[in-house]
Amino acid sequence: MSEQVMAATPHAVLAADGTPLKQRLQKTLRRRKLIAAGLVLPLGVFVFVTFLFPIFLMLFRSVDNPIIHENMPQTVAILEQWDGKGVPEEAAYAALVRDMVEARKNKTIGRVATRMNFEMSGVRSLITSSARKAKKMQPPFKDALIKANPIWGERDIWVTFKRLGNEYTATQYLAAVDMRYDSDNNIVQQDEDRQIYVTIFGRTLWISLAVTLLCLVLGYPVAYLLATLPAKYSNLLMIMVLLPFWTSLLVRTTSWIVLLQTNGVINELLVWLHVVADEDRLQMMYNQTGTVIAMTHILLPFMILPLFSVMKTIPPSYMRAALSLGANPVRAFVKVYAPQTVPGIGAGSLLVFILSVGYYITPALVGGRTGQMISNFIAFHMQKSLNWGLAAALGGLLLVGVMVLYWAYTKIVGVDNMKLG
Amino acid sequence: MLPSYAGPLETTWYYSFRVICALILLFLIAPILVVIPLSFNAEPYFSFTEGMLTLNPDAFSMRWYEDIINNKQWIHSAKNSVIIAFFATIMATTLGTLAALGLSRPEMPYRGAIMGLLISPMIVPLIISGAGMYFFYSHVGLAQTMIGMVLAHAALGTPFVVITVTATLTGFDQSLIRAANNLGATPTYAFFKVTMPLIMPGMISGSLFAFITSFDEVVVALFLSGFEQRTIPRQMWAGIREQISPTILAVATILVMISIALLATLELLRRRNERLRGIV
Repeated sequence: MSEQVMAATPHAVLAADGTPLKQRLQKTLRRRKLIAAGLVLPLGVFVFVTFLFPIFLMLFRSVDNPIIHENMPQTVAILEQWDGKGVPEEAAYAALVRDMVEARKNKTIGRVATRMNFEMSGVRSLITSSARKAKKMQPPFKDALIKANPIWGERDIWVTFKRLGNEYTATQYLAAVDMRYDSDNNIVQQDEDRQIYVTIFGRTLWISLAVTLLCLVLGYPVAYLLATLPAKYSNLLMIMVLLPFWTSLLVRTTSWIVLLQTNGVINELLVWLHVVADEDRLQMMYNQTGTVIAMTHILLPFMILPLFSVMKTIPPSYMRAALSLGANPVRAFVKVYAPQTVPGIGAGSLLVFILSVGYYITPALVGGRTGQMISNFIAFHMQKSLNWGLAAALGGLLLVGVMVLYWAYTKIVGVDNMKLG
Repeated sequence: MLPSYAGPLETTWYYSFRVICALILLFLIAPILVVIPLSFNAEPYFSFTEGMLTLNPDAFSMRWYEDIINNKQWIHSAKNSVIIAFFATIMATTLGTLAALGLSRPEMPYRGAIMGLLISPMIVPLIISGAGMYFFYSHVGLAQTMIGMVLAHAALGTPFVVITVTATLTGFDQSLIRAANNLGATPTYAFFKVTMPLIMPGMISGSLFAFITSFDEVVVALFLSGFEQRTIPRQMWAGIREQISPTILAVATILVMISIALLATLELLRRRNERLRGIV
C-alpha cells in the first residue's frame, strides 16, 4: 500500500508507520473533530429532547387540524367532491348523520363542536344537539337535519366544515393576525369587534421599545460612570447594579406592587408631601405605566452590563486628545466617545428588546388590562380558553420575531462575546 | 477626578451628572431594599405605618416570618425549590461544561450554529418554552413530576454554564493538555488535574447562574408543576394573585438575602481569579 502511494506522490513525507504524513494528519484531525463533537453531543441531545423538540411539537399544533378530519371522516371525504356552491347533496347529509352518531358513541362530538365553535361562534350547542337527535333520524337526512336545525340548510356551515376537514390549516395564523376566511374561502379582515391580536402585537412592540429606550437613557450614564471611576469605587457601585440582576423577578415585581399601588409607598409619600390630594392618588399600577416602570427596572442591568464592558475598553486618552485639540466637551463626547460605544448600545438594546418582547410575569401581575402583552394572551389561550392552536400560532409568530432579533444579535455581538455578570 | 482648571460650567455638570447617576442607582436598588423593613410590619399593610416611621418597636414584628415557618406549604415549596434547583444545577453544569470543552476546541465543526442552538433556551420567551414543555412532558408522563421539573430547569440553565465556561476557556492554552498527555497523563487525568482547576471559576459562576435560574423560575413551573411540586416562586405567584399578605414580603426578604449571598460568593470568586491572574 505504502509503495503504491509512494509511486503516485514521490515526495510524500512518511510517518513512522509508513503511511503518508498528510493522510495521518487528516486522520488525526478527523478524530479530534469527532472528539469535539462527542463532547458537545450529550448536551445537544439533552437540549433537543427536553427543549427544542417539545417546542417544535407545540408549533406543529398551529397548523395541525386533526379533529374534524379524524372524527368526521365520511363527511370530510364526501365534501371533498363538493364544489362549494349552494348546499351539498343528500349523500353529505347522510354521511354527517353517520359521523355524528359515531362521534357521539366515541364521545368525541364535544371536541368537534368546540373546534367548529372557534371558527363560527355559537355553533357549539347546535352541533351537539343535532348529534343527540342524529341517532333517531330517518332518510332523507337532508330534511331531517334541517328540521333539527335550520343552520344545516345554510351554505356557511358547510364551507367551514369543508375547510376544517383539511388535515392542515392556516386558520390559526390568520386568526393570530386578525384575519379569517369568509364564506367563499377568501382571506378577509376579522370583524372589527373581534380584532385584537394586531393591536396586542403592536402594543408588545411599543412597550418593548419604550422599555429599551428608557433602559438606554438610564443605563448609559451609569455605565459611563462605572467605566470611568477608579476600580475601588466602581466595584462598590457595581454591586448596586448586580444585586437587582441577581434578585428574583417575582421579588422585584412584588416590590413594585408595594411601591406603586394606590395605598403604596410612593402614593403615601406624595400625599404626605401634599403633592397630590388624598382622594386623587396616582394610578401607576394595573396599566401600561406600571408594566413599563417595573420592566425597565428589571431589565436595566441587562443594558448597563454590555455598555459597561464596551466602555471599559475605550482608552480615556482619546477624549483627552480631542479636548486638547480644541473640541469642547460636548463635541468631544459626541464625535469621539459616543461612536465607540455603539457596539455596546447595539448589544444592550437588542438584549433588552429580545427579553422584553417575551415578558409574561410582570405584565400579568402589574399590567392590569392595558398592560398585557402577547405572552399573556398565549398563556390565556393555553390555560383558560384552551384554544391551543391559536396559542401555538401566536407563539410561532413571537418566536419568529425573537429568532430574527437573536440572529441579528449574534451577527452584531457574536455568541462568543455574550457575557454574564 | 475633576481637574483643578475646570470652569464653573464643568463643575456644575460634574456634580449634576453624579446626582443623576445617584438617582438612577437609587431607582435600581431602592425597590429591592424597601421590602425588607416592610416585611417586619406589625400590621397587615404594604405601607409604612406611623409607628414604623417613628421607629416605635411595637410597630415591628416577626409575625410574617413566623407565618412562613408555621405554614406547611411554604416549607414544602422551599424543600421542592432546593431539591429541583440542586439536581438541575448538577445536570446543567455537567452537560454544559462538557459541551463548552468541545465548543472551545478549534476543530469543532459548525461551531457558531451549534452554539446558537445551545444558547436558545435563554433566548426563547419562557411562555413558549413552558407551553412546549407542557404538551410534550404531559405526553411522556413527566408533567407534574419532580423529574420533569428538574429536566426542564436543567435545560433552561445550561446556556449560562456554556457561556461562562466557554468564556474561561478562551485564551486557554491547549498545549497544556498536550504537555500533560505527553508526560503520560490519560485524558481523564489531564482533565481533572489540568483543565478543571483552570475552568473552575467559570464552572462555579455558571452553576450559580443555573441554580438561580431554577430557583427563580416561575413560568415553566406554572405549566409543569402540580400541587405537590410547587416551588417558592410558584407559591409566591399564587400568593400575589390571590391574597397578597406581608408574608410575601417576608419571603421576598429571605430571597433578597439569598441573592446577596450568591452575589458575594461570585464577587469573592472574581477577586480570587483576578489575584491569581495577577500573580501569573
